[in-house]
Amino acid sequence: MSRNISIPGAIDAAAAMPSSALEADGITKSFRDRKTEVKVLDGLSLTVQPGQFASIIGPSGSGKSTLFHIIGGLLKPDAGAIRMNGSDVTGQKGRIAYMPQQPALFPWRTALDNVLLPRELSGMPKEQARDEARILMERAGLSGFENAYPDTLSGGMQQRTAFLRTLMSPQEVMCLDEPFSALDALTRTDMQHWLLDMWEADRRSVLMITHHIEEALLLSDVVYVMSNRPAAILQKIEVPFARPRSEALLHQPAFLALKQEISDRMRNELRKS
Amino acid sequence: MRMWWKDVWPPVVAVLLFLGAWQAAVYMFHIEDWILPSPAGIAREAASGAQGLPGHTLATLRLTLTGFVIGTAVGFIIALILHMLPGLKTALYPLLVVSQNVPTIALAPLLMIWFGFGMLPKIIVITLVCFFPVAVAAMDGLARTDRTMMNYMQMAGAGRWQTFSKLELPHALPSLFSGLRIAATYSVMGAVIGEWIGSDRGIGYYMMLQKSAYRTDRVFVAIVIVVLLSLLMVGLITLLEKRLIRWNAKSREVSR
Ligand SMILES: Nc1ncnc2c1ncn2[C@@H]1O[C@H](COP(=O)(O)OP(=O)(O)OP(=O)(O)O)[C@@H](O)[C@H]1O
Ligand SMILES: [Mg+2]
Repeated sequence: MSRNISIPGAIDAAAAMPSSALEADGITKSFRDRKTEVKVLDGLSLTVQPGQFASIIGPSGSGKSTLFHIIGGLLKPDAGAIRMNGSDVTGQKGRIAYMPQQPALFPWRTALDNVLLPRELSGMPKEQARDEARILMERAGLSGFENAYPDTLSGGMQQRTAFLRTLMSPQEVMCLDEPFSALDALTRTDMQHWLLDMWEADRRSVLMITHHIEEALLLSDVVYVMSNRPAAILQKIEVPFARPRSEALLHQPAFLALKQEISDRMRNELRKS
Repeated sequence: MRMWWKDVWPPVVAVLLFLGAWQAAVYMFHIEDWILPSPAGIAREAASGAQGLPGHTLATLRLTLTGFVIGTAVGFIIALILHMLPGLKTALYPLLVVSQNVPTIALAPLLMIWFGFGMLPKIIVITLVCFFPVAVAAMDGLARTDRTMMNYMQMAGAGRWQTFSKLELPHALPSLFSGLRIAATYSVMGAVIGEWIGSDRGIGYYMMLQKSAYRTDRVFVAIVIVVLLSLLMVGLITLLEKRLIRWNAKSREVSR
C-alpha cells in the first residue's frame, strides 16, 4: 500500500535535491530452486540520507540479507537499481562497509588481524590502522584478545570483532546485518550505546537490519518495516526523538507507544502469512 | 612429557614384540640367512657400515628431495590452473584420475628409453607419483572455500589476487598439507623405483646389487633405510605444517 511508485520525471526531481547516500529503487529478486521460483523481494525501495541512521525490521526469511547482498553487488537484482550519491552502482562491489549476519572471521587470522583486514584490502598504511584497531578493541571489551584466534573467542566476542572489522572499513555507508544478535542483553545494551555515541560523533550513514524494535528505535532516524516474502517496505517510520539519545528514552511514553505500534504492525503481518 | 610417552610406548612395545618374535622364529626354525636374516643379523650388518651405504643414502635423499619439490610444484600449479579455469577442470580432472591407474613401475623403463639414465627420467617418475595427491588436495581445498567468508571478501571489493592470497590459499593450506604428506612418502618410493630401473648409485641401486648377490641381510638394511627416509620426509612436512598452520592446531588435535 505504501509502496513507492516510480513516476516518470521523479529522477529529474531527485537529481535536483541533495542525493541520498544509499538508495534502493524498486529492487525485485527471485531465486530459482530447481523448478520452483521463489520471489523474495518485490519492488523494495528505501533511502538512507547522508549521515542518517536507518534500520530495517522484518520477519525472518523475508529477504533482508538478500537485500544487503544486492546492495553489496554480490547478487544482481532482477529489476531495480542501487544508487549511491546519485550514481548507479548496481552490481558494483566494494562500495559499502558490510557486516555479514555470520561473523565470517578468518580463522587463520588473529582477532586484531581480522579487524585490520579491510584496511589491508584497500591498501592503506598499517601502523596507524593498528593503533586505531587497538583502541576500538579496548572499547569493545576485547583488550587482551588481540592475538587470540577466532575459534578461541565466544560467539559474542566473535560478533564484536566482526563489527569492528566493519567499523574499520573505509567505505562511508555501513550495512550491518543483525550486528548484536549473538550478544547477551547486557553486552547488547552496552554495544548499542557505544555505537550510538560513536555514530553521533562522526555520523556515518548506516543501514542496519535488526529484529529488535527497541534497538531500532533507540539508534535510528528512520525505521523501515518490511513485509513478508515477497518483501517490500510496509511502512517508513521517522523516529522523532532528539539526539543525543540516552537510556532514559526507553521509558518515555512516546517511545513505548511507537514501539507498541511497530510491534502490532509486525504481528499483523506475521498473521497474514 | 608424560602425555607424550603415553602416545609413544604402545607402538614401541609392538615393534619390539614383533622383532622378538622374528628373532625367535629365525633361531628356532633354523632359517637360512639368505632367505630371512634375523633382526640381530641385520643390525650387525648395518652397524658394520657396508661399503658406500651413506653415499647411496645421500644420493637417494637428494633425488627424493629434488623430485618432491618439482613434483609438488607441478601438482600445485596444475591445481591452480584448474581452479582458475573451471571449464578446463571438468575436461582434465577425469584424465588426471585415470593417469593414476598407469603403474609407475611399468612406465619407468619407457622413461629410461626416452630420457636416458640421468636425473631427468627419475625426476619424472617421482613427479608422476607426487603431483596427483598434491593437485587433488589443493584443488579440493581451494574449491571448498567458506561461502560466507567468500561473500564478505567479494562485498569488500577484494580483487582476484587478494581473494586468492588472503582467503583461498590460507583456507586450502590444511588440505594441501594432507596431500603433501602423502606425496612425501610417495617421493621416496618413486626415487627407489627410479634407481631400480637404471642408476649407478642410490639405495634402489644398492638393493638390486645386494639382491643379485643373495645378501638378504643387506636388502633388509636397505629397506630399513627406505623406511627411515620416508619417516624423515613426513617429519619434515609435519614440521613445516606446524610452523605454517598454528591457528587450528587445537581443533585438529581434538578430531584426531
Ligand atoms: N542463494 C540463494 N538461493 C536460493 N534461495 C535463497 C538464496 N539466498 C536466500 N534465499 C532465500 O531467500 C529468502 C530470504 O533469505 P534471507 O537470508 O534474505 O532472509 P532474512 O530476511 O535475512 O532472514 P533472517 O532474518 O532469518 O536472517 C529465504 O527464503 C531463502 O531461502
Ligand atoms: Mg538474514
